Amino acid sequence: MTTNPSTQPNARSSMLPESDVVIQTENVSIYYGSFQAVRNVFLDIPKNRVVAFIGPSGCGKSTLLRCYNRLNDLIPGARVEGKITYQGVDLYDPKVDPVEVRRRVGMVFQKANPFPKSIYENIAFGARVNGYKGDMDELVERSLRGSALWDEVKDKLKQSGLSLSGGQQQRLCIARAIAIEPEVILMDEPCSALDPISTLRVEDLIHELKQQFTIIIVTHNMQQASRVADYTAFFNAEAGDGGSRFGYLVEYDRTENIFNSPKQQSTQDYVSGRFG
Amino acid sequence: MTSLTTAQQETLIESSSKFSGVRLTDRIFYWLTVILAIGIGLVLIWITYSLLSIAIPAIASFGLGFLASSTWNPVQDVYGAFPQIYGTILSSFIALLFAIPLGVGVAIFLSENFLPRKILTPIAFTVELLAAIPSVVYGMWGIFIFIPAILPLLKWVNNAFGWVPIFSTSPSTRQLFAASLVLAIMILPTIIAISRDTMISIPPQLRQGAYGLGATRWETITKVLVPAGLSGIIGSIMLALGRALGETMALAMLVGNSNRINISWFAPASTISALIANQFGEASGLQKSALFYEALVLMLLTLAVNVLAEFIVGRFQQVE
Repeated sequence: MTTNPSTQPNARSSMLPESDVVIQTENVSIYYGSFQAVRNVFLDIPKNRVVAFIGPSGCGKSTLLRCYNRLNDLIPGARVEGKITYQGVDLYDPKVDPVEVRRRVGMVFQKANPFPKSIYENIAFGARVNGYKGDMDELVERSLRGSALWDEVKDKLKQSGLSLSGGQQQRLCIARAIAIEPEVILMDEPCSALDPISTLRVEDLIHELKQQFTIIIVTHNMQQASRVADYTAFFNAEAGDGGSRFGYLVEYDRTENIFNSPKQQSTQDYVSGRFG
Repeated sequence: MTSLTTAQQETLIESSSKFSGVRLTDRIFYWLTVILAIGIGLVLIWITYSLLSIAIPAIASFGLGFLASSTWNPVQDVYGAFPQIYGTILSSFIALLFAIPLGVGVAIFLSENFLPRKILTPIAFTVELLAAIPSVVYGMWGIFIFIPAILPLLKWVNNAFGWVPIFSTSPSTRQLFAASLVLAIMILPTIIAISRDTMISIPPQLRQGAYGLGATRWETITKVLVPAGLSGIIGSIMLALGRALGETMALAMLVGNSNRINISWFAPASTISALIANQFGEASGLQKSALFYEALVLMLLTLAVNVLAEFIVGRFQQVE
């Protein structure tokens, strides 16, 4: 462990009153080249729950999120130390195929990124690359119903996904993610580009989706975290030895505890809006 | 309600002395660009008009039959452009046949992070240098090095597949196919550079979205990135085709300048630009007019390619 006292609570904060853990994060540090972006995180993700990552910009919450489906592999120089296990399997074991990981751990991005294809093809794409052999029409309908978009687009499935509004595009991306039937869905600030009404729809959707999926959501919006998440992890950033800032996990607990009775002063300051 | 003082109001009025100098340069710049833009249009009209006016005697003598006739006889003053049109289109087609897969492949390779940047940048630069080689140099290289080097291979193809009409003649040292291969190398940089720029400019979110759904790199490239960049790729191909159709020096040196249509690709042939380059010096009268008629045909051909390119690029952009 480091000598920095503020990183100490991490070890304890991985303890949860949940037995069914999907993802375990054990003493994980993430580097971009020689720059340490995230330091010594311990964090368990329980099954069929919504976990929110909150914290100021640059605290490494998105960086950590992208390790859970190995999307950081795409960034040259990105490196993970420590251990992340997904249902008991070490995600960074050299034998693990990142493509297979991403089929089980889906992702919704900050900026809606539908492919320049039809609405139908946007959903069929993921299913096809995953070797889906069933009824494609049925899957497209089920996925669009699952993301509460079906009624709005059922008559224009052949139109481009880019013809939809921002909120619809983001729900299309959610439909696309659930079409491949992952076990976990990562959401990286999925509502940051949406208006309040679209945001509420996506939040309602998250409530429904957790019956079926485990969801990890990064958000800058604390009301959103308190509305959708069962558990909340608060990350903060601190200047390290060389003056470069690294992110670390401050506190991880039931959402109501984080917002009402946090154990750390910095959490209290952040959720009450005193900094950040 | 607040209102501006008189002094403040004056600064808003355009004749304010402080800004009049700036306004004058603005105005001069505006008119300068207008004149230049119109000038370019005028040059195009001028060229077309001169081509047309000199070609008129040939158009009057041979009509549209010129396009389908294979005679080129300065002694009897009878001319036809069919072998040249055929050679021009076929050589460009063969060149594209090789340059498209190779060029698009290299463009994808250079736009993805297959290689570390330290190696990538010099390679990309080298590719662009290919475009800087003068075409007469390509011609010399073709005559003295490239054609002798590939001739044994072509002979083998002729022996093994001689029953296929396009390989049916013994490969000549000046021939359509080898010339088209050199042409393919010449148009490669156009395809690579523009396709690569297109691929690089595709938003990274699309790539991440595809990977995030569990697509492999191959699936991401073929099913998301290439379709997303298709309008740019097609644009690059059309520009390359435009260059191939008009390419003169290398083809005049390599294609054999035979005024006959041979079904075999290994036989000598001719192209419009090669014919013009070979004959303009001693042409006069109706022969000169016929050459201008050929030039007009070439111009219309490249114009058609450009219009088609605009159309196709526009179509694909609508789909996006």
